[in-house]
Parts: sequence; structure tokens; C-alpha cells
Amino acid sequence: MSSTALIRIALGAYFVIFFSYLLGPLVVMSLTAFNSSAFPSVSPWACFTYEWFEVLFNDKSIRQGIYYSVIIGLGTVVLSVSMGLAASIVLTQIWPRLRSTYYTMIIAPILIPGVVLGISTLVFWDRVGDFLGVSEGSLLDLLFHNGIFLTILGQSSFIASYAMLVFVARLQRFDPGLTEAALDLGATHTQAFRKIMLPFMRPAIASAAVLAFLASFENYNTTTFTIVDYKTLTTVLAQKVRLGINPSISSLAFIIIALTIFVALAFEANRRNQARKNAVKEGKASTPKKGFLPPFLRGNPAAIVFVALAFVAIGMVGTAQQYSPESCKIQYQEAKQIEIQRRIQELQQKRKIRDQSGARNGPDIFVTPPPKKVQPEGGSGAFGNVFDPGNLNSDKNN
Amino acid sequence: MSSGVAIDLENVWIKFGDFVAVREANVNINGGDFFSFLGPSGCGKTTILRAISGFLEPSDGRILIGGADMAGIGPNKRPTALIFQNLALFPLMKVWENIAFSMEVAGASAAERRKRADELLDMIALDGQGDKLPSELSGGQKQRVAIARALCANPDVLLLDEPLSALDLKLRQHMRTELREIRRRVGITFIYITHDQGEALTMSDTVAVMKSGVIDQIDTGHNIYDHPSTPFVASFVGENNLFRGKIKQISGNEAVISTRRSGDLLAQITPSQVGKLSVGNEAMLFIRPEALELSDSKATGKTSISANVVNQEFEGNSFSVFLEGDGGKQIKMSVPNLGQDNIAAAGENLSLRYDAANAVVMPVGELASE
Ligand SMILES: Nc1ncnc2c1ncn2[C@@H]1O[C@H](COP(=O)(O)OP(=O)(O)OP(=O)(O)O)[C@@H](O)[C@H]1O
Ligand SMILES: [Mg+2]
Repeated sequence: MSSTALIRIALGAYFVIFFSYLLGPLVVMSLTAFNSSAFPSVSPWACFTYEWFEVLFNDKSIRQGIYYSVIIGLGTVVLSVSMGLAASIVLTQIWPRLRSTYYTMIIAPILIPGVVLGISTLVFWDRVGDFLGVSEGSLLDLLFHNGIFLTILGQSSFIASYAMLVFVARLQRFDPGLTEAALDLGATHTQAFRKIMLPFMRPAIASAAVLAFLASFENYNTTTFTIVDYKTLTTVLAQKVRLGINPSISSLAFIIIALTIFVALAFEANRRNQARKNAVKEGKASTPKKGFLPPFLRGNPAAIVFVALAFVAIGMVGTAQQYSPESCKIQYQEAKQIEIQRRIQELQQKRKIRDQSGARNGPDIFVTPPPKKVQPEGGSGAFGNVFDPGNLNSDKNN
Repeated sequence: MSSGVAIDLENVWIKFGDFVAVREANVNINGGDFFSFLGPSGCGKTTILRAISGFLEPSDGRILIGGADMAGIGPNKRPTALIFQNLALFPLMKVWENIAFSMEVAGASAAERRKRADELLDMIALDGQGDKLPSELSGGQKQRVAIARALCANPDVLLLDEPLSALDLKLRQHMRTELREIRRRVGITFIYITHDQGEALTMSDTVAVMKSGVIDQIDTGHNIYDHPSTPFVASFVGENNLFRGKIKQISGNEAVISTRRSGDLLAQITPSQVGKLSVGNEAMLFIRPEALELSDSKATGKTSISANVVNQEFEGNSFSVFLEGDGGKQIKMSVPNLGQDNIAAAGENLSLRYDAANAVVMPVGELASE
């Protein structure tokens, strides 16, 4: 008995640790989006604010980055899903002895570092242009040096392999007899593919498309080489981090996290709803008794959470129009000022005492300078004084 | 009512690498016939059917449908429809869409398709179930949908690959009647595959018995049963008592075999071997359990055997009596149930007799393994 209890406790502890490891950074990041502090931080907590969302929406480079990320994502989805599907079908048809070799070849791009793929895509198409002798400024030349074109190709070279893995898993459950039956009934090969194989693959195509889009959206290693003079979200962010960041990036992260949660919940709620409908249709379950909830919410926690979160989101967007943290900020500032004043006085006190003792001991060439940390003037501290609680007022009030 | 088209296999070989799945098959199937391939699992029945449908090209030889050579003609261009061993209904389509698939790929409108599908659903007694998915049907219903789907394509030849093997006995018997009824109505050529000899014998005009890629005998069910041409056919189709021995004497189409344990026995030579056997050859002699009967006098002649009863089993329409002849020779006798209480007590010595016309003798060959 006690050993099972022990195991249960250990398991519980493991889950807590595991999930805080997994989700902790996301939670902290999301919180920083609402702190008025100029550097992403949770403590000290200054004021609750929506201003970083405003900063984000007004940031032209991020908007453009998102725009191109989406375009490239869509292009990658189309290219890698079709390549992956073709590759997986070939894999099931190919001569068995060639299969493992072919598989290794197709899967290799996943193992090749993204940086290498990026550089080689860039170089390859430049060479192709050279080889074809396209003249500078011609349409093909522009294409071969176009960041969007190159990035879609570069990303698809390995995302197609991911897509293929998804397809292979589904294809293994496909009965080739179905294609034969279609042929036997007079279908052409194209018809058999379109009417039998493709509908069967549809769920896998959907998951591969989502996977491909996400992989493309978050890709940096390959993109940074192939994007040339365009920008995607990841390259914009990387640039920003180099120049110093503010919490508007956290607010972007928060939006992405929120969207992910919403999509996942909607998906799950829909799935449960469908399962319930099927169960009712097959007579295995009855429609739940009349309650105050509409039918699609009954017995469907995912849907309930979804609706609740939707209300929270609407509420947040609504209050964001009204809410102003200005009074809080001013208060916070004043508290800061007082705190700083207090510290300055403290320091002056200390210095006075030291000076007196120094005078007693005679002149001392080894006078220790006051610790940097408490320099009230700000400006020359470590890390540009971002960790200095005092920098809030200097940044904030202008 | 069409009369169906003829199918001919001329010297067909089918190989997978070095493995010969079908060896030198020569088959002529008349238009409108119900033709069965009968054989144990793995003997190449499906392979032959796939070659006729066009999924496989024979490694050698020709396949003719209605007199036309089918070489290079794909499955979607042949006038055949195959009912797959696992049915292969399209799981994502409704029943009526499954049935009308051949019209869909031919470009028929949804209304036309629905109308034809409903007609066929009527015919297979599934009216009103067209909007279900195949997964919502029972095994027998799926079977009928597969048949309707094949018939919807208006094939000249219907190929059925063990379509009843997955069904329970009652349903199987019901479907047999139904298949015969369907064939009577559509009048096309049926090629039927089975490893169930009862099915083959009751349903077919002609049966081909196969053994590991070789067709041993093509004949009517009656002849297959009464005049098997090889030991394999004799032992595979129905039950048989086997006696081995040397040919002692031949006169016309009859021969006397001297067996080691049961003395000299007289039998007919199987028709295909008449004139090919000679005295001194090793031979096999088969007598059906139901061809044996109790004799009044003590066993003496060349058509009598003496044996001791081991036990008997009541089978409803008959009694199976298991006996042990001289030297431990196992013999089975089947006696029709005419109201007797029992046939004989265990240990009792019986003398059995048979008509020479009901026993066949043939050269030694491979047996069907039980
Ligand atoms: N594609 C293939 N490649 C290699 N060997 C094959 C192939 N298809 C069938 N065979 C072999 O050919 C032989 C005949 O197979 P087939 O499917 O025709 O048997 P069957 O008579 O239909 O048996 P069953 O009654 O079990 O369905 C088998 O030994 C099988 O292993
Ligand atoms: Mg088979």
C-alpha cells in the first residue's frame, strides 16, 4: 500500500516538475507581456498594461515579417505536402529491395543541418542561373535570387520529409486492394487516386499541412540564408534580439500561445461533439437531458473551456480599449522615487561614516568606491542598467 | 439475357521471381458457365483470377476473353468484374455510392447512379440501406453489396474470389442459393474460387481442381467426385479410403490390385489412365466410404474386405463407422440412416463389399495433406 502511495507521490511530483519545465517559460513569457516594465520581466511587477500590444501592432517590421512568414508558410505547405505525398506513394510501390535505400535518401534532409540546406539552396539556384546563362535582371534571374522563392524551396527540402513520414504512417493502413477494386470497376489510375486514395489520405494531408506550416513559420536556420532581402517573423525577431528587446515580443508570443490554445480546444471540442453525435446516431448514447447548457456544450469540457476563454479574450480586448495604466504608473513612479531617495540618503549616510573613520586613520589611497549597483545616476551600469530598478522612470516618462 | 463470353487460358505460366505460382494452365470456359477453381490454400487460385482480371500479366501463354487476346489490356479495360477475397468495399463511401462506383467513373449523373443503385439494392434485398456506410453492414450484407457493385458494371464475366469464406454456415448456404439465383437472372459467365468442395460441387457446371499451381482435373462436379483422375483429386474432394498396391491384372478398363494388407481388390481404372497402366506398376485405389456396404457372406471375393469395428459416429443422415482391417489398415464406412439403432458393436468383425464400378485405381501420386 505505502509503496503505491509513494509511487503516486513521485509520479505527481514528476508531472509537476515536467509540466513546469514545459510550460513555465511560456507562462512567464506571457506575463511579461502585461508588465509595464520596459524590459521583459515579471518581478519587480510594475503595472498591468496592454501597451506592448500596441507597440507590437505599430511595429512595421514585425507586421511585414508575419506577412512574409505566412506567404512562405502557405507556399511551403503546397510544395512539401505534394512532394511528401508523392514520395510516400512511391515508397509503397517501389521494388522492395530498393525501399530502404530510397527511404534513407528521402529522410536525409531531416538529418542535414538547416544551415547547410539554406546555404546550399542559395548557392544551387545561383549556379542554376549561371548554368542556364540567364542574363542579369531577367525574370529567371530575379526568381533565382528571390528570397521568397528560395526560402520556400529551402524549407520544403526538409519539411517534405516530415510530411512524408506523416503520409507513410497513414498509407501503411491503406488497402491497395481498394485501388485495384476501383480499377477493376473501370476507373482510370487518376480516378482511382482521386476518388479512393486521396479521400483516405485527407486527414493525413490536413495534419501534414498544419505541421508544414508550423515548421515553416518557426524556421530560422535555413531561412536566414535563403531569405536574402526579405524578412520573415523569425529573422525580424532575431534582429530585434540583437538590438535589445522589449515586451512587445512577449505580447506576440502571448498571441501565438493564445491562438494555439484556441485552435487546440476548438479541434478537441469538435472531435468530442462529433463522437457524441455518432454515439447518439448508433444508439449507444442518448442525447443528454435538457439542461441550461446548449447541446454542443453538454458533456464536452473542451467546448466549455473554449467558450469561457473566448469570453475572457473578448473581455480583455474590450477592456484594453478603456483601461489605462497611467495612474498606476504615476503611483509606481512616485514609490520608486521615494525608494531611490531613501537609498541615496542611506548611501550618503554610509559614506559619511566611512569618511569619518577614514579621517581617523589618516589618508587612505585604497578608498573603496561605492558599489556600482547602488549608483543612483544610472546609465553606465552593467547590461545597460536594464536590471536597475531605477531605469524605469528614466525610460518610461518620456 | 446475354449468354456471357468464353474465357480461354492457353498454356499460362505465372511466376513470381523463381517461384512458379501457376504452371501450364490450359482452361476453356464456355460462355455463361459457372466455373469453379477448387484447391487448397496457396495453390494459385487467386493468382489465376488476378491474371484474368488483368492485375497480373502471365509470364507465358495467353488469356483470351471472348476470343480476344488480353495481353497488355489493363483491368479497367477488361469486361470482367472481380469480387475480392476481402470484398474491398470503399469504406468512406456510402453503400449506394459503392454500388454505383463504376457508373461514377464513367461519368453518369448522380440521379442516374442513385436510380440504378436502388434497383440493385432491391435485387440484393437491401432496399433502404443505401445511405449506410459499409462498416454499418453485417458480413452477409457486405457480401451482397460487393456482388451488386460488381454487377453494376455490367461485366461479361464475374470473378468471385472465395466470396463466402468469411460467412457462417447458414448464411453461406443462403448466399449460395442467392448466387445461383443471380446468375440465372443475369446469365453471365461466373468464375468462382473456393477451397470448399461442397460449394464447388453444388454450384458449378465445371470444376477445375488445383494443386500447388497445377490444374489436376477439369470436369463436371459429378465426374470429379466419381472419377478423380489423380490421387490428389481423389483425396481432396470428399472422403476416400486409400489402398496402395501393385497391379496384378488388367482387363479392359478394370484392374486387380494386390494390396499388402487387404488382399486383391478389383476397381475401374480412372478414364484418363485407361491403357496407360501396366501389370506390376505401383497404384493407388480409392473407395468412398458410402460405396462400402455390409455383406451377408464372409468376405472372399475381389470386391470384399474384412475389418473390425473400432467405433461409430452418428451424423444425422448417416452413421460413420471406423474400422481396422488386417494389419491395422484404417477404413471408414458410411451407412445411410434408415432408422437403425446402430450398425455394429465395437470389436465386431464385419465383412464389407463394394461395386467395382465405385472404386477407382490410378498411378501413385501426391495426396492432399489433411
Ligand atoms: N505477389 C506475390 N509475390 C510472390 N509470391 C506470391 C505473390 N502472390 C502470390 N504468391 C504466391 O503464390 C502462391 C499462390 O497464391 P494465391 O494467392 O493464388 O493462393 P490461393 O490459392 O488464392 O490461396 P488462398 O485459398 O489461401 O487464397 C502462394 O504460394 C503465394 O505465396
Ligand atoms: Mg486466394
